[in-house]
Amino acid sequence: MGIITRAYALMDNKKYRCLTLAVLFVIFASFPLFMDNYTLNVLWNAMFYALLALGLNVIVGYCGLCDLGYAAKFAIGAYTTGILIKSFHWNFWLTLPVSVIVSVVTAVIIGAPTLKLRSDYLAIVTLGFAEIVRITARNLSITGSASGLNAIDRPSLFGMRLTQISQWYYVFLVLIVLYVVISNRIRHSRFGRALAYIREDEDAAQAMGVNTTLYKLYAYILGAVMGGITGSFFAVKMTSISPSSFDFTQSANILLAVILGGMGKIPGVIAGAAFFAIFPELFRDVPVIGDMRMLFFGLLLIIVMITRPQGLWPERRRLEDARTPRAS
Amino acid sequence: MFSTWELILQQLVNGLILGSFYALIALGYSMVYGIIKLLNFAHGDIYMTGAFVCLTVFGALSRAVAGWPGIILSIVAAMFLAGILGYLTQRFAYRPVLGAPRLSLLITAIGVSLVIYNAVMVITNSQPLFFVSGLDNSAGIQVGNITITYIQMILLVVSSVLMIGLTLFIGRTMIGKAMRAIAMDQDTCRLMGINVNKIIGLTFVIGSALAAIAGGMACVYYGNVQFNMGYTMGIKAFTAAVIGGIGSIPGAMLGGILLGLLEAIGTQFLGSSWKDVFAFGLLILILILRPNGLLGRSVVERM
Repeated sequence: MGIITRAYALMDNKKYRCLTLAVLFVIFASFPLFMDNYTLNVLWNAMFYALLALGLNVIVGYCGLCDLGYAAKFAIGAYTTGILIKSFHWNFWLTLPVSVIVSVVTAVIIGAPTLKLRSDYLAIVTLGFAEIVRITARNLSITGSASGLNAIDRPSLFGMRLTQISQWYYVFLVLIVLYVVISNRIRHSRFGRALAYIREDEDAAQAMGVNTTLYKLYAYILGAVMGGITGSFFAVKMTSISPSSFDFTQSANILLAVILGGMGKIPGVIAGAAFFAIFPELFRDVPVIGDMRMLFFGLLLIIVMITRPQGLWPERRRLEDARTPRAS
Repeated sequence: MFSTWELILQQLVNGLILGSFYALIALGYSMVYGIIKLLNFAHGDIYMTGAFVCLTVFGALSRAVAGWPGIILSIVAAMFLAGILGYLTQRFAYRPVLGAPRLSLLITAIGVSLVIYNAVMVITNSQPLFFVSGLDNSAGIQVGNITITYIQMILLVVSSVLMIGLTLFIGRTMIGKAMRAIAMDQDTCRLMGINVNKIIGLTFVIGSALAAIAGGMACVYYGNVQFNMGYTMGIKAFTAAVIGGIGSIPGAMLGGILLGLLEAIGTQFLGSSWKDVFAFGLLILILILRPNGLLGRSVVERM
């Protein structure tokens, strides 16, 4: 435990944080130079989960809302991009703004009426909505019904067609840096503090003049947009998407990554996502344990909730409270 | 051969059966939500476990007791085991986090659901199992072109009796009164000498036993059991509980029957591939238009 605690402390220490992050970035950026394609793919998968977890973290970690249908958010991005490229032959980069707009619109439709209600109603509404999205994708012909969309054209960047796994590795690494910066800026903004207030005590926040419904809606929209963009990139990296990639297990995995890692804590969330992406790979060929891994996840989840309800690597709240807020 | 109206009527009969399944499961959701404000995610999986126990016991008994006595015995066994399972989840997973924020409680429930779901998946090797009851599934009363089978009638009678029994239990007995009191104010109940933990445990046992009966009846009615049958059923039963007004016992029954009927009509007009969309769309609509449900009272969120 001593080493781990020291590692946490190093990451939490402001003086060393930039240095640590820079070293980490260089280490991760050098991976494609010597790793084989399989390992890179596993790492890419971990980064993909980390992006989803960072998006969901805004909703669950920052604002304390329970979203059980996050798969629907990235399904919406993936299908928007997929349909625009397949049926209308758009350039991938032009589909991104559309994907953002569609994400915002659906988030408002779902969020605006339900966020006024009791918080656990949001859980069930998001779950129901995710099922609606999945079933709709399975039944419509424009979404390719059960077999989904195949052979989605790959995009080009600086005149280079992105086909190699090492190229995608770098694209997603850049996305991760971008998401981390965005998450961090949100966390320390006036908006982020309002979200933390809502998470800790909604009634008190309301009494202090925070428009809780509106802020919860903003957080929900932001999370949906981050999920949508991740979905768009997922669609062109995989070149094929199908409704089965967006089922409840997927939503549950992302949620578990956020919660196990430590709600609201960015390194914790990334670590949680990496754990979820890499752990099944390790036990892939072990027959019994491979099938039972979700069983262990369930048990782990219960134990974590009982013993460490804030996750394995939680935010240091007391420090946060003592710090004088930055001007924004 | 069939006129549209006869088709709709036949669908309504089927919807009524489905609705009574929803109602029995919704009761468990509603009771638990009413008493500790927990959305018991694992309830659908307890229904599924009940169905599996019923099927296994019936298979084991088939040489000695077959037909209805065998079915009744295996449903009783399922109730018993599901009741124990419900109690265990409450005792070891939910009780330690009762004081924690709502989000922790909900996530614990997801954990419990994952454990039960995957345990059954591993045990059954992801294969569906078939329930051969030896009963005549098509025998029944014919009214015009509409058939009501004897099995359907028995299922309807059983679920009606159970619902009336539960209403009387909650409304007329001391334990029922204690349950209603805990739903209002736990701390005061403790001061009044009510063993709160024991009553909460009992609520889980009753809810789980009802879900197991629904599971056993689904065995008889559908003839097959699969590890993922509890997931959709669970969400829909929760939908039913919300439609009726969560926390309200008559509301759960009304919501269940209503959802079953509406779904049957929806299937008739939209086709079966859209029937889940119809049910979940209805859930979202109800929450927007009437968040307290049809019979529910407005509840202030726990502070």
